[in-house]
Amino acid sequence: MPNPQSPVASDQSRLVAASLRRVPLCGYRKPAPGIHPPHLHPDYLASLKRAPAQPLVPIPQTLSEITGPCFQPHHLRIGADLTGQGKGAPLGQKMLLTGRVLDEDGKPVRHTLVEIWQANAAGRYRHLVDQHAAPIDPNFVGKGQLLTDDEGRYQFKTIKPGAYPWRNHPNAWRPPHIHFSLFGPAFSTRLVTQMYFPGDPLLPFDPIFNGIRDEAARQRLIAQFDWQTTVPEEALGFRFDIVLRGRLETPMENRP
Amino acid sequence: MRKAPAAAELLGIAASQTVGPFFQIGFEDLYQTDLTVPGLAGTVITISGKILDADQLPVPDALVEIWQANSFGKYAHPDDYQDKPLDPEFTGFGRCPTNAEGAFQFRTVKPGAVASSSGAPQAPHINVSIFMRGLLDRLVTRIYFSDDERNSADEVLNLVDPARRSTLLARPDALYPGTYRWDAILQGAQETVFFDF
Repeated sequence: MPNPQSPVASDQSRLVAASLRRVPLCGYRKPAPGIHPPHLHPDYLASLKRAPAQPLVPIPQTLSEITGPCFQPHHLRIGADLTGQGKGAPLGQKMLLTGRVLDEDGKPVRHTLVEIWQANAAGRYRHLVDQHAAPIDPNFVGKGQLLTDDEGRYQFKTIKPGAYPWRNHPNAWRPPHIHFSLFGPAFSTRLVTQMYFPGDPLLPFDPIFNGIRDEAARQRLIAQFDWQTTVPEEALGFRFDIVLRGRLETPMENRP
Repeated sequence: MRKAPAAAELLGIAASQTVGPFFQIGFEDLYQTDLTVPGLAGTVITISGKILDADQLPVPDALVEIWQANSFGKYAHPDDYQDKPLDPEFTGFGRCPTNAEGAFQFRTVKPGAVASSSGAPQAPHINVSIFMRGLLDRLVTRIYFSDDERNSADEVLNLVDPARRSTLLARPDALYPGTYRWDAILQGAQETVFFDF
């Protein structure tokens, strides 16, 4: 160990301090084209009147974009067990949904807020706007919150949601899905997405899923069945890892 | 410094999908329309506005999230290296759904100036994400304050076509002191400027 009082050590700590100051100026990598869906996606009718017509204006990432909301355990209001929010057990196929939140370099995104919401097993949301003629389950609210652990891991206990009809096109059905909201470390890494199920016959017909141009990116939104987390006599295990934008290694100055 | 990994070595990121019409279920527990906390420094303001679609009709099912610095221009985030005071308990995060009239409102403090990437101060601004049914990816923009003289030197505002800059300016409401009005127009004439970064 160098003597902390020695001039060498203090030079080193100055260097460390200087490099730490540079780190915050590193922005986040821009997503490759085709991964995020375009705002205007005519197969998804609701996009027609809501998508901007003008191109987005590129701007550099400043402190405003490389910082973002931080949530602490005391901010959370609900738990991660969606099967325990009523007086009894909800109907449906119980599942244990586990995964990790990582950045593009494979590093865990620690202590970040994950929020989910979903329809019940019959494909009905507990929401006034949902008029689908399927039953409300009095024992299922369909929402969960947690912070990822030190390894970026998360785990929700829930039931598999049902498919439900919508009015985008004749005989339109949404494939079963769970909505995910993540913040990551910065305003730049904010993400709202949906998780789908493997082998779902509705996926090829869903304009929301197929708004993603990149085939591999579509596949990444499909959870995997997992024996390791399947609980005997109780719940099927599904794995769903979520990768957020990673950090550039050089500062973003003057790079809109 | 380690060489940047080739693109092939990077993990593929998760794609965005729409928030859909039922986000209230998942988000209502963390709705936050009043960002102020006891003892907060700075000038309390209200930002009030509407989200309007291509036909200028209100969007009743949008979600507006804001992220801002405190009145000293400091973000409550470990990567904000600026030597400026934090306000305990002020998170800088707000989240508000639009109502049947497409309207949203936040009560907060006017943010201070934050350093730009070149180190010059940016004009005070609030960062905005807009989510809604119909949008497969969020829209991102900024709210600046029309009565702030620092706007003219702001590096981001100066990247915007001068004819469109006014879409980013919240204006003081003549009837309600301390209230600023800012509408987001998603498409068409007076379309709001949205950013990519």
